[in-house]
Amino acid sequence: MTAPVVTLASVTKYFRSKQRQVTAIDGVSATMAAGRITGLVGPDGAGKTTLIRLIAGLLRPNAGKVEVLGFDTAHAAQKIQASIGYMPQRFGLYEDLSVFENFTLYARLRALRGTAREARFTELMDFTGLGPFRDRLAGQLSGGMKQKLGLACALVHPPRLLVLDEPSVGVDPVSRRELWSIVETLVDDGVSVLWSTAYLDEAERCHDVLLMNEGKLLHAGPPGPMSADLAGRTYTFALAGMDKRTIIPRLRQHPYVMDVLIKGGGVHLLLTHEPNDTQTSELMEELGLDAGDLHPEPPRFEDAFIALLKEPDVRPLAQSPAPADAPIPLHHHTASTLARTGPVIQVEHLVRRFGPFRAVDDIGFFVARGEIFGLLGPNGAGKSTTFKMLCGLLPPTDGKALVLGIDLRKAAAAARAHIGYMAQRFSLYADMSVSENLTFFASAYGLGGNARSRRIADALEEFALGDLAQVKSAQLPLGYKQRLALACAIMHEPGVLFLDEPTSGVDPLVRREFWTRINTMAADGVTVLVTTHFMEEAEYCDRLGIIYEGKLVALGTPDQLKSEHRTREQPSPSLEDAFIELIQTYDREKGHEAR
Amino acid sequence: MRPGDTSLPDTQKSSSGSAGLRLFGLVYKEALQIIRDPSSIAIAFVLPIILLLLFGYGVSLDAKHVPLGLVIEAPSPKTSDFAAALSHSEYFNVIRLPDRNKAITAMLSGRINGIIVLRSDFARKLYSASGAPIQAIINGTDANTARIISGYVQGAWQTWLIHYNLDHGQSITAPVSVEQRMWFNADIRSRNFLIPGLIAIIMTLIGTLLTALVVAREWERGTMEALLVTPVRIDEILLGKLIPYFVLGMGGMTIATVMAVWVFGVPFRGSVLALIGVSSLFMLAALGMGLLISTLARSQFVAGQVAIIIAFLPAFILSGFIFDIASMPGLVQLLTHIIPARYFVAALQSLFLAGTLWQVLLSNSIALAIMALVFLGVTRMRTSKALE
Repeated sequence: MTAPVVTLASVTKYFRSKQRQVTAIDGVSATMAAGRITGLVGPDGAGKTTLIRLIAGLLRPNAGKVEVLGFDTAHAAQKIQASIGYMPQRFGLYEDLSVFENFTLYARLRALRGTAREARFTELMDFTGLGPFRDRLAGQLSGGMKQKLGLACALVHPPRLLVLDEPSVGVDPVSRRELWSIVETLVDDGVSVLWSTAYLDEAERCHDVLLMNEGKLLHAGPPGPMSADLAGRTYTFALAGMDKRTIIPRLRQHPYVMDVLIKGGGVHLLLTHEPNDTQTSELMEELGLDAGDLHPEPPRFEDAFIALLKEPDVRPLAQSPAPADAPIPLHHHTASTLARTGPVIQVEHLVRRFGPFRAVDDIGFFVARGEIFGLLGPNGAGKSTTFKMLCGLLPPTDGKALVLGIDLRKAAAAARAHIGYMAQRFSLYADMSVSENLTFFASAYGLGGNARSRRIADALEEFALGDLAQVKSAQLPLGYKQRLALACAIMHEPGVLFLDEPTSGVDPLVRREFWTRINTMAADGVTVLVTTHFMEEAEYCDRLGIIYEGKLVALGTPDQLKSEHRTREQPSPSLEDAFIELIQTYDREKGHEAR
Repeated sequence: MRPGDTSLPDTQKSSSGSAGLRLFGLVYKEALQIIRDPSSIAIAFVLPIILLLLFGYGVSLDAKHVPLGLVIEAPSPKTSDFAAALSHSEYFNVIRLPDRNKAITAMLSGRINGIIVLRSDFARKLYSASGAPIQAIINGTDANTARIISGYVQGAWQTWLIHYNLDHGQSITAPVSVEQRMWFNADIRSRNFLIPGLIAIIMTLIGTLLTALVVAREWERGTMEALLVTPVRIDEILLGKLIPYFVLGMGGMTIATVMAVWVFGVPFRGSVLALIGVSSLFMLAALGMGLLISTLARSQFVAGQVAIIIAFLPAFILSGFIFDIASMPGLVQLLTHIIPARYFVAALQSLFLAGTLWQVLLSNSIALAIMALVFLGVTRMRTSKALE
C-alpha cells in the first residue's frame, strides 16, 4: 500500500478572540489514503474548513503535526501548494473575469504557458462542459457552472491531491451529480480527493469518511461498515393515513426507539438494539399496527451518525438535549383573528421581473391552515423572490400574493402581526444576550409590560434557554442559536410562520429537534411555509412546490412526486431522483442550453 | 492526456521564468479588474476630475466682492470720496446703510460680512494727530476670512489716505505704510496652491483607499484563499497589487497636472522629472499604507473606514493642502510629521509655484522615501501565506 497523502498527528487548532479561546480542532489524528475519495463530513461548525485550511498550509496547528504528500505544512507549505489543487468555498473565482481569464490567471500562477496552456484549457473545458461559455463572466454563471470552473482552476496543473471545501453547497442536484462523476474520473486517474460536506448522503459515496463534530473526529474509515454496525436496527413502515404529527412524538418517547424520521408517506425508525419478534409486535401494537407492517431497511450513514452522536461517551458536551427529552407544550392561540376557512396563503399567477429576467414566472399555489408547505429548488430558482413577495418585502410585477387574504404590501402592519419570519442566517443580534434578543423582538412586535415578560418567560422555558439567558447569542452553539431564532420569530404567537432555509448546515439532531417543534406548532394550527434546497428538509413537508427557473414545475405531496417518477430501473426513487428527473425533463422540453 | 494525468512536465521549479509569469498573471488580472470595476474607475478617474473641477472653479479661499455695509453719519465730500474708493475695489461690494442699527441687523441676518462706520467727526479729525476715526466691525465667525477682510479694509484705507493727501497737496502725516508684494502667487489665487495640493489627495485616494479596498475584496470573496494555495509567493502577491495601482496613481497625477496647467492656468515652474520622482515616492508610501491597512482589515467596510480616517482625512486637513501647518497648535504640527501627504504637498507647491528648489525637494523626498520603506517593510513582515 502506498504512503498516505495526508497524515494528521494529534492536531489541535484554536482561535483566540478577545476573551475567549475557541478550539476548532481538538486533537485529531487520522490518515488519508492515496487514490481515494475521502469525505470530511460534519455539520457546520464541526471544524471541517479549519482542518482543510490546515491541510492546504493556510493555517498552522497549535499542537501536533500535519503532513501532506510527505511534507510538513509547518515548513514546506510552498512545496505542498505546488502539488495540490484547492477549491475553497464559493470556488475562489474572480466574478468580473471571464471563464477564460480566470483559467489563464490560475494557469500562469502555476507556470503553465503557451500551447501547453491552450491544450489544457481545451481539455478541461471539454471535461467540465464549459466550452461554450469561454467568454462569459464568472459572475454570470449558474452555481453549477461556477463550481465546475472553480474545479477547472484547481485542476490547471494536474494535482496529486485535490481539496474541495463544501463543493456542493448552493449547487442544484443535477450539477452535484455531475461533479461527483467528474471527481470519480479524476480518482480513476490516480488523484486523491478530499471532499468536505455537510450533506450526510454524500458521505455514502466516499471511499473513506472522516466524521467530525465540534472539532473532534468521531469516526474514520469506510462509510459502509460504519452503518453496517446498525444492521437489523433500521425499519420502515407506511403511515397509511395515520396522523404523523401525533405519531412521531409518541415514537420518540418509546424506549426502543433511538431515532424517527418521516420519509414521505412512511416512517424510518432506528432502534436502540436489534429487536426480537415480541418486541417488534409490541412496538407495532402500540401504534395499532401489525408486526407485519414493519419492514427492515438497510441502515444509512445518517443512522450511523445519529447513533454516534447519541453515545454518551462520544457525544461532546454542550450539545442540545435529545429531541425525545424535549416535549414541547407550545400554547398557541389556535385561531388567529384573521384566520378564515379559506386558504391561509394564496398565490396566483405571480410574476416578478428584474429587467428582462423573469425571476418568478407565473407561479400559483395555496396553503391551507395548519399545513407545512415547502418551496424546493436550487439556488437562484426564484424561491427567495417568491418568499419576499409573500412577506411584502418586494412588490410583484403581476399576480396575487395573499397571506390571510391580505396583500402584505398594502396592509403591512395589520397582517405582519400574524406572521413570524425566520431568516436563513438567524437574524439575531450577536452581541446581545439571549434575553436581550427576546426582549428586543417582543418589543418590535409591540408587546409590552406583563404580556412581554410572560412571553419571554414562556420562551425561555419552552426552548430550554433559561440557563443561557445572560449568554451572548454569538457564543451559543449553533443548535441553541437556531432555537433562539425560532423563539424570537414566534414571540407574538403568529398564525403563519415563514422559514427560509431553516436547517441548512446544522447537525441531524438539531434538525430533528427543530422539526419536532415545527410539527407541534402545525398541529396547533400554525401554517408553515418553508424554502429549502435540501431534500431531507423537504421530506418533512406536507406538500411541496418544486421551483425551477422561476416556474413551478411540480406540486404535490413528497410521495406523489416520488411515485410519478417511479420507473422500472428505479422502483423506489428518492425525492432527489424525482427532482433531478423533473429538471431534466424540463430542460429537455425547453431544448435548454448545456448546463 | 486525461484531466487527472499527472504526467505534465514539471514546471513547478521556481525559476525566475515562472516567477515572472506568475507576476505577469497577477498584474494582468488586476488590470482587467480595474477596467471592469466601475468603482475603481470612479475612484481613479471620476472622483479626481470632480475634485479638480470643484477646487478649480468652486472652492476659493480668496475674499472677493465681500458684502460690506457702509454707514456715513455725516456725509461730506471727504466721506463720499472714501466711499467711492471703497466701492471701486474689487474686493468689496459696498452697501450704503442709513445707520449703525440697520447695519447691525444686516450683519446678523448675514447680508453683509462687515460694517464700516465713518463717524460724524470724520472730516474734522482727518488731519488731527489722532487721525480720523473709522470703525470696522467684521464678522469673525470665519477667522480666516475675517483676517483677510480686515487686511483689505486697512489697505483700502491707507491707499485712499495717500492718494487723498497727494491730490490735496497736504503734508503726509499718514502712518508708516507697508508695501506688500506677493511672491510665487502674485495674483494671490487660492486655486494656484489648492490644485497642486489636490494631486496629493487624488494619489492618496488611489494608493491607499482603492488599494485597501481591492485587497479586502479579495478576502471577502474568497479569491485570496484560492490564490494562496498556489505556488505564488507573498512578494509576487504584493507586487501584483503595487504595480497596477502605482501606474493608476501616476495616471491620476498626470491627469491632475495636465488639467491644472492647461485648464486652470496654474503655473508649473519646476522640473517634470522632479515631479515624477517625488510623486513616485509618495505613491509608494500611499500604497504601503493601503496594503498595510488591508493586512489588518479583511472586509471592505472596515478597510474603507480605516483608509479614510488614517489616510484621506489627514491628507486633506493636516497636510497643509488647505490649512497652513505653521498656524496649527504645536501638538498638531508635530502630528503632521507622520503624514506623508504633508511632505508631498510642500514639494508639489514649490514645484508648481516656485520652481525646482532642491533644498525643499530633497528634504521632503527623503522623508517620503523613509515612510515608503517603513510602510512597505511592515506590510511585508506582517503578510504571510497563512490565514492568521
